Amino acid sequence: MQSYYEATARERIVGILDEGSWREILPPTTRTLSPHLAALDLPAAFDDGVVIGSGALDNLPVLLASQEGGFMGGAVGEIQGAKIVGLFERAKAQRVAGIVLLLESGGVRLQEANAGLIAVSEVIRAICAARVRGTPVVAAIGGKFGCFGGMGIAAGCCTRIVMSEEGRLGLSGPEVIETARGVEEFDSLDRALVWRTVGGKHRFLLGDCAMLVDDRQAAFREALARALRAGENLSLESVQHEQQILEERLARFGSHTDGEDIWRDLGFDKPANVPLLATDALVALSQQTRAA
Amino acid sequence: MERLQFRFDGGRRATAVNSCVVGVVASGNLEVLVEPTQASDDCTIDISTAANGFGEVWHAVMADFFERHRLVGIRISINDAGATPAIVALRLDQAIEEFTGPDSR
Amino acid sequence: MEWDSVAKRLFDRGHDIVATGDLLSGTGHCGDTTFAVVGSTNHAEIGVELTLAMARRVIETMREHPNRPILFLIDTQGQRLRHRDELLGIHHYMAHLAQCVELARSRGHRVLALVYDQALSGGFLASGMMADLCAALPGAEIRVMNLAAMARVTRLPEERLTALAKTSPVFAPGAVNYVQMGAVDALWDGDLAARLAAALRDASSTDTRRELGRARGGRELAATIAERAAAE
Repeated sequence: MQSYYEATARERIVGILDEGSWREILPPTTRTLSPHLAALDLPAAFDDGVVIGSGALDNLPVLLASQEGGFMGGAVGEIQGAKIVGLFERAKAQRVAGIVLLLESGGVRLQEANAGLIAVSEVIRAICAARVRGTPVVAAIGGKFGCFGGMGIAAGCCTRIVMSEEGRLGLSGPEVIETARGVEEFDSLDRALVWRTVGGKHRFLLGDCAMLVDDRQAAFREALARALRAGENLSLESVQHEQQILEERLARFGSHTDGEDIWRDLGFDKPANVPLLATDALVALSQQTRAA
Repeated sequence: MERLQFRFDGGRRATAVNSCVVGVVASGNLEVLVEPTQASDDCTIDISTAANGFGEVWHAVMADFFERHRLVGIRISINDAGATPAIVALRLDQAIEEFTGPDSR
Repeated sequence: MEWDSVAKRLFDRGHDIVATGDLLSGTGHCGDTTFAVVGSTNHAEIGVELTLAMARRVIETMREHPNRPILFLIDTQGQRLRHRDELLGIHHYMAHLAQCVELARSRGHRVLALVYDQALSGGFLASGMMADLCAALPGAEIRVMNLAAMARVTRLPEERLTALAKTSPVFAPGAVNYVQMGAVDALWDGDLAARLAAALRDASSTDTRRELGRARGGRELAATIAERAAAE
């Protein structure tokens, strides 16, 4: 499976890790199904929609979690959250170059409501705690369901994010905003608008993701390896620097109403062309213009 | 949700030792888990399905599947989210192929 | 619930907290301890500006007042639901706040939180839910989403969710359910200053919510699954 977008959670692991290195933890035979879904008469999955384990990525020993977007939109419930958090616990004892998160999630699994919210919160905290200990946590986002809700915050807490153009990253999904505030606020069916707002290219240009790659498993693999090797850096100095960046972003772009206005400000004379640019062309052009 | 169980015997014993899983519990899809059961001479199939009232269709699909492969000493577990019989049959075949494939020992 | 009356009860030796729009900021004196206080009021919609202001406060505290404990006072209707905030990367702003909190904790600042009115997911994840210990007033409500919106997204009938919200701790919004599930340490009543002082003394800097949820019976599986994932 060449396309990261089309791949299942398990296929992504095969495409990204070194051949033969993968060892799944709590595999489907352990039947860690969600008890909450049965109560709602909804189908459950043996792995509750996340595959966790250990392996090697370009010879770097890693722990990895891969979310299955096809199952409940990748939304996180009690069991899935616990598997991910357990993985982070493992990282305390096990020597790893980092933790790799292949994220595809709508956020909190609403069908598990409070349990889902707490689960996502524990994941966010685990990511931050790992970083403070000096363990890089790198994320990939490039699937159909994007990365939203509390998992969008979790992604933002990672050391580095690798995205493809196809990926989306945000907090509230366009449909949620449209339902709450109307179609004038956000037309969720306007795909071009959605991608100008939360899509991979915009996130890359804005500085929310460190690397933009083609929709190929091999491209994600290579970028994740680079992301791991770049190390971890969370400190008072780094958050002060980030505070400054985010204040400048707000000052500079706070009145803009569209991604194109931001890209124009970033130095793209023909911002309408940004969605048409090939990934490597965009990355090359942005070296001069990146906000971050 | 409905739970169904089927049992078949009269086949050749599987020799693979590793379990495997194929498919995703997404609308119109299903996941199939195949596990070796050392001590048994049958093939048991446990199904959890979101589509109620299709017991006879499931039986027909399972019977056809067993006819195709005639494999015993295995336990098949399914989480179904409303897949068509054609998709069910496809996933079962994919599962057996992976189960008996080169990485299965 | 008015933040002012809550602050009076928490800080028996006085406080200088002010509300600037929806932002609460200042210091409070509880017994011999000075707290840096940051939070929101008016059932605030948490957008990029408010998030940034809260992060600024946490950073200032780290820089200028080593080891000073931090208290989040929470009253929010959730994240701001606007195209503009998404465009600017609100998820990233919130992640920045969460990292500031974690960093503060690692540098010796205790971080506590009190939900004094309401708290909804996105307005709460990067602040209150990052605390060493989160408490709530008895009337507080904590929820993921309003039921009507949940019904639309999940395609479950609203009547069903409403019924569940009355009987199931997983769906019910009262803070007591979060106590049972381990995410809220306790409901605080009466002498809030005494509760705050005790929390400062007793709060753990590691995330113990799973074990609490298991011990209290509200969240039975998370701790066990996490332990198995860590050990197997």
